[in-house]
Amino acid sequence: MTSLPEPSAIKLGLVIDLDICVGCQACVVNCKEWNTSGYGAPLSDENAYGANPNGAWLNRVHAFEAGEAEEAKTVHFPKSCLHCEEAPCVTACPTGASFKRAEDGIVLVNEDWCIGCGLCAWSCPYGAREMDPVEGVMKKCTLCVDRIYNDNLPKEDQVPACVRTCPTNARHFGDLGDPNSDVSKLVSARDGFDLLPEQKTKPVNKYLPPRPRRQKDETPMSLVAMAEAQTPKGFWKWMDSTLEKLG
Amino acid sequence: MHPAWSIIFFTSASGLGLGLAAWVVLGLIDLGSVVHLLIVSVFTFGLIGTGLLSSTLHLGHPERAWRALSQWRSSWLSREGVLAVLVLSLLTAWFGWSYLEGDVPFWIGLPLVFLIAVTVYATSMIYASLKTVACWHHPLTPACYLMFAASGGLLASIWLLALADQTLNSRIYHLTYCLLILTWLVKGFWWRNLDKKLPESTLESATGLGSFGKVRPLMPPHTSENYLQTEMGFVVARRHALKLRVLSIFSGGFIPLVLFISFPTSAVFLGLALSFHFAGVFVERWLFFAEAKHVVSLYYGEAH
Amino acid sequence: MSSEPKVEYSPKVSDEIKKTTCYMCACRCGIDVHIRDDKIRYIEGNRDHPINKGVLCAKGSAGIMQHYSPARLKSPMRRVGPRGSGQFEPVSWEEALSTATDWLGPIRDTDPKKLAFFTGRDQSQALTSWWAQQFGTPNFAAHGGFCSVNMAAGGIYTVGGAFWEFGAPDWDLTEMFVLFGVAEDHDSNPIKIGLGKVKGRGKRVVSVNPVQTGYAAISDDWYGITPGTDGLLIIALIRELMLSGNIDVDYLRRYTNSPWLVIRNPGAENDGLFLRDAAGEPQILDRTTGEAVSHKSKNASSAMHGQISLDGGGMAVPAFMILTETYMDDAYAPEAVADTTGISANRIRQFAADLAEAAFTKEVVIKQPWTDWKGERHDTMIGRPVAMHSMRGISAHSNGFQTCRALHVLQLMLGSIEVPGGWRFKPPYPKPPEAHPKPAGKPNQIKAGKPLAGTPLGYVLGPEDLLLGEDGSPQRIDKAYSWDAPMSAHGLMHMVISNAVAGDPYPVDVLFMYMANMAWNSSMNTRGVMEMLTETDPETGEYKIPKIIYSDAYSSEMVAYADLILPDTTYLERHDAISLLDRPICEADAVCDAIRWPVFEPDRDVRGFQSVLLDLGARLGLPGMVDEEGKAKYTDYGDYIVNHQRKPGIGPLAGFRGNGTQSGRGEPNPGQMDAYIANGAFWHKSIPREARYYKMANMAYQDFAVDMGICDSPQPYAFQIYSEPLQKFHLAAEGHGDIQPPEHLRDRVKNCFTPLPTWYAPFEGTSVSEDEFPLHALTQRPMAMYHSWGSQNPWLRQIHGHNPMFVPQKLAKEHNLSDGDWIWVTSHHGKIRVPVVIMAGLNEKTIWTWNAIGKRKGAWQLEEDAPEAKKGFLLNHLIHELLPAKGDGQRWSNSDPITGQAAWFDLKVNIRKVDANEPAESSPQFPALPRMNGVIPSPSKTLSYGLQWSGEKTKVRGEPKI
Repeated sequence: MTSLPEPSAIKLGLVIDLDICVGCQACVVNCKEWNTSGYGAPLSDENAYGANPNGAWLNRVHAFEAGEAEEAKTVHFPKSCLHCEEAPCVTACPTGASFKRAEDGIVLVNEDWCIGCGLCAWSCPYGAREMDPVEGVMKKCTLCVDRIYNDNLPKEDQVPACVRTCPTNARHFGDLGDPNSDVSKLVSARDGFDLLPEQKTKPVNKYLPPRPRRQKDETPMSLVAMAEAQTPKGFWKWMDSTLEKLG
Repeated sequence: MHPAWSIIFFTSASGLGLGLAAWVVLGLIDLGSVVHLLIVSVFTFGLIGTGLLSSTLHLGHPERAWRALSQWRSSWLSREGVLAVLVLSLLTAWFGWSYLEGDVPFWIGLPLVFLIAVTVYATSMIYASLKTVACWHHPLTPACYLMFAASGGLLASIWLLALADQTLNSRIYHLTYCLLILTWLVKGFWWRNLDKKLPESTLESATGLGSFGKVRPLMPPHTSENYLQTEMGFVVARRHALKLRVLSIFSGGFIPLVLFISFPTSAVFLGLALSFHFAGVFVERWLFFAEAKHVVSLYYGEAH
Repeated sequence: MSSEPKVEYSPKVSDEIKKTTCYMCACRCGIDVHIRDDKIRYIEGNRDHPINKGVLCAKGSAGIMQHYSPARLKSPMRRVGPRGSGQFEPVSWEEALSTATDWLGPIRDTDPKKLAFFTGRDQSQALTSWWAQQFGTPNFAAHGGFCSVNMAAGGIYTVGGAFWEFGAPDWDLTEMFVLFGVAEDHDSNPIKIGLGKVKGRGKRVVSVNPVQTGYAAISDDWYGITPGTDGLLIIALIRELMLSGNIDVDYLRRYTNSPWLVIRNPGAENDGLFLRDAAGEPQILDRTTGEAVSHKSKNASSAMHGQISLDGGGMAVPAFMILTETYMDDAYAPEAVADTTGISANRIRQFAADLAEAAFTKEVVIKQPWTDWKGERHDTMIGRPVAMHSMRGISAHSNGFQTCRALHVLQLMLGSIEVPGGWRFKPPYPKPPEAHPKPAGKPNQIKAGKPLAGTPLGYVLGPEDLLLGEDGSPQRIDKAYSWDAPMSAHGLMHMVISNAVAGDPYPVDVLFMYMANMAWNSSMNTRGVMEMLTETDPETGEYKIPKIIYSDAYSSEMVAYADLILPDTTYLERHDAISLLDRPICEADAVCDAIRWPVFEPDRDVRGFQSVLLDLGARLGLPGMVDEEGKAKYTDYGDYIVNHQRKPGIGPLAGFRGNGTQSGRGEPNPGQMDAYIANGAFWHKSIPREARYYKMANMAYQDFAVDMGICDSPQPYAFQIYSEPLQKFHLAAEGHGDIQPPEHLRDRVKNCFTPLPTWYAPFEGTSVSEDEFPLHALTQRPMAMYHSWGSQNPWLRQIHGHNPMFVPQKLAKEHNLSDGDWIWVTSHHGKIRVPVVIMAGLNEKTIWTWNAIGKRKGAWQLEEDAPEAKKGFLLNHLIHELLPAKGDGQRWSNSDPITGQAAWFDLKVNIRKVDANEPAESSPQFPALPRMNGVIPSPSKTLSYGLQWSGEKTKVRGEPKI
């Protein structure tokens, strides 16, 4: 099953809005919190209280800068498994532990079979897989497969933990295989894009770009057009006519 | 990429062992005496076996290593495993036949030699199949692996020949130094490719933010270094890498060549030549990993 | 091909869910604590909760690690080694409490102000302030003085409320949201939720901030302002709006004091005060009659300019005329302020145009009739949809109070406060300064063995309200409400230790602190404070501060400096009231409060601080804490929360009172706590639709507020663009009245106390040479770490385990710096060695770093080689609580002269690349503190949280660590 299944009709994934993400790390920690007691082995932390604390995380938020000086744009950039259609991590796996579900396209690791060779992490261009330092198996985003179908949770909570907790609503979960789903509509309305398209992994997760800023040298909108005061004398003239109108 | 000793040793040792096995199967060495047969087989199996064992050292769960034989349909690592097991079995049979029957017919060895070559090729494809590491993802990568296995194996064979006081015919003599030179020439081309090739992926394509200008990492996701950085973010200084390249050519090419040409039949000097060659390949393999840039390091910036 | 493994879709999540209130920062979100096998399985946001509506931030999500932190203190302790050495012995609670009683009792019986009681966290201030009052000491405050008192006081004195829990943007209706500065831990989830709404609707978000991170990163316009110049930019914007006629005249006339008549009688004692009628009511000029009439008169049409002559001499003009004359000055023209603010004239004009466009071309009208305080019925609610928010960024400057006032005046000019789409109050605000108590602490209000004659903190309205001795000397240990800081509504916690050690105005006997990391990140001049805490009197050998009682839940840096430690619980082991009497969690559309309750029982010998305080109060026999027989009145804080009444019918919690259905007012209800727990640990009552906007002038709201017990009678009022209390202080400095500032402060008071918001250059900048210290240095809090608490949290410390100094591109080029290089940063007071990261989105004259990531070695139970200590650093070492000496040798406090707010962000520095041979280690370094819980058993090196629940599914190596 390490070969990829036929592309599924349902492609569950995330849409991440870079125009809204403030880099608060809520999704990062909430993901860790849910998943350390969830699917598979805990997400352990080495050297937790000492030098170089180092743990396994399934979702991390980078910050990048684009452009220079006053026109620079800071962008917070969450990144987790993109559940690629052409997932190289799956085909690279020698044991069949890595697999892409035929049903909904979620890429998972069967930790009982994982030998911890790390080749899937090497084959992933996005850095979405991290070896657990204690258990020695590969950890990755499960799209909270133990939440989204979990009958023990109320319907509205059957979404990935990162989506459930995101304070700015910068993360959306849904079926990207359905062109009429909310997430698909969002992607087409906002020109959602793929990360590293040249790697030909066909990621399911999409990113929505930040809206462009106004150019620095743009001529300001004319305030004079809105009213005609301009000088202190003109201001009082304007004030008098305004007061007349108000009575 | 992080140069893990276990993997470096695995590819160097098993490559050498497989190369040697191929020359042995091709009948380069006369295995007439039992002692000789024993020495050759132990040496061959030793190299291949310790290489394979070493490769399991970096596994999180070596006890499950057998599972790696299952996914030969898609995974080069799995294919390599399956082929290695097959080659080791057939090689055992081949040595057994040699022991029992004396000479094994030449034509019987040919498919085995082919399988050995495919095994080395599979090893190389574990790396060459990764699109994420641009310098590995190149036809010269398997070429290098095959050439190093062939030249290293030949050098080892000749050393074993000398050890058994067997004669070295002139065709083999010429083949050896030609192969040695050719190997490092191919490797030279590989390095040239590494130095010249512009990366296909950039931080702009990795983030989709190119329309805002040049993209730079501002803050890493975590201030503490993570698995991805230690595993994939290894950076070797350019100056340092160049020195090591020279060292590997010197040790793995020039010295063995000089020793071989000067003392083509001296077991001592050939042993020395082989050791230098092995060390040179070891450095070459270290660089193979250390110089390789994984696309994920874009997200983290090159320096950290 | 084999088939896919079967995935367990519905694993068990938890045995039960307990709902309480988060305390991973001061935001106070509702949380659902999932518990399995008596351990925390998962903490998530409570979907029903008014604050966070289900979401939860990084800190809240890391609550598991905080609750099980190895840095938790385990039992009461008494110091055995020298102070600061960190050597303690455990003692019983009985011993600890009787020791504290023995120390405090004699003080109360002789001179109660010898107790200085200050709390870092201020969320039980209704209790702590009352306790201080009952003890009889005026020396009480929380951390507001070094946090954002400028914002709070500037807001109260101007509009009767400020940002954060005082008010919120109308996220659903606003067309433009403007953020000045901003501390990202304040109101963090509500702002993030709101930003998501505004951005989601495609509306403009504007950030005025020297640093482009966090919220500023998603702004549509970023103004990378030079620190400390926000006030200047704001006044320039006001000028542009006025000159172009883009102000809301109707709003200004109806809801602000801009038409009120101000006396112009230069040199006289009434100059600049309001012209009042016989009843004391301020007057306006009626345009139709030309007469001065009460501003309350119903039929008058108030003039915005004009004048009337006064019988007693001088004349009176509408306040708005003075404002116009002041702000139309060319000194505030965009070209004139561009260099100072670092924002081009072009962009200032654009900013003003955007404000005008949003406010006046995108008017919001809600068809909801309402009645104003004059009885006038309005058919609609008209909104100017520009919303603003600000916090510490503009407030932690020596000009912060006036800047905060200026910001509110800008909002008022646009007519955008308490209107649809604008910025709205959250109950119990709006509440003008007159509706707040005045501070108690005058000499006749402090008596041995008696409670203080009023609450220690409050709002002064003029020099007569200052807390001064006969000789004009400060009465409080922090010199709050003295001429040093007359309007210091939150006290000056950052001055307590240095004043007490200097014996100026007097020494204290006991310093009693709660969760205030004064020996580290909560102090300016950190090294100096550590030395002060251990300073002894050379004659007696006794510590200058003889006794220090300290309560904290964790082994912070401050713990080592205590003589007696009262260990607090974690936030999941305690009772708390997030009360209307204190800092509630209301929404603009609802009155709310909340509780914390012990979701877990402590597994250590620790007690909630508030319960301990009540126990101490009972042992000391403080009124209200003992019954007639002198026995403790409350068993613990939970008992107090339910049964205490501040006035008849009014208690800490407003919900489920009386028979369980009464809101706001009602008898104590023994079932109240259970009712809260059943309701998700909070209470929520919607404000009627008619009462939702114009609250300061809306009779429906005023009546609702009385019903809820927020006030006892309607108190409508006008926003104070022109501030008479400030003018009163100004007049005193000009030589009027009996109470005048001392000579060395006279000019400063005269210049800074202006009745209209003004801008003056921050003090530190003008006291040091611009050539020597050309750069500004700032800190801000990362969203994933709160104060110092987070460093013990193994998840959060992976995200922020050390902090770089961010340096603007141009400066980096000048100094030949690359990422990872180290620099020395030097101020007039000290120098630090720090690592560098280069940043483009940063004001060219500014460097900045994350706050409170640096830790002292050994503190917080971290190993000594932790990056927090080796690479992390504090900017505090560069900041002194006093400004450099002036010509006469006088050193002023590094604070706002009006409120005493610590001027953290006035810091000026220079940088220099380190020498090649210097170590890659932050400097200064301090001797390691012993780890309070011992090195053995060491905090487990490797954590595998949740192992007990995943073990069933996967064969695992290792043992559960927690």
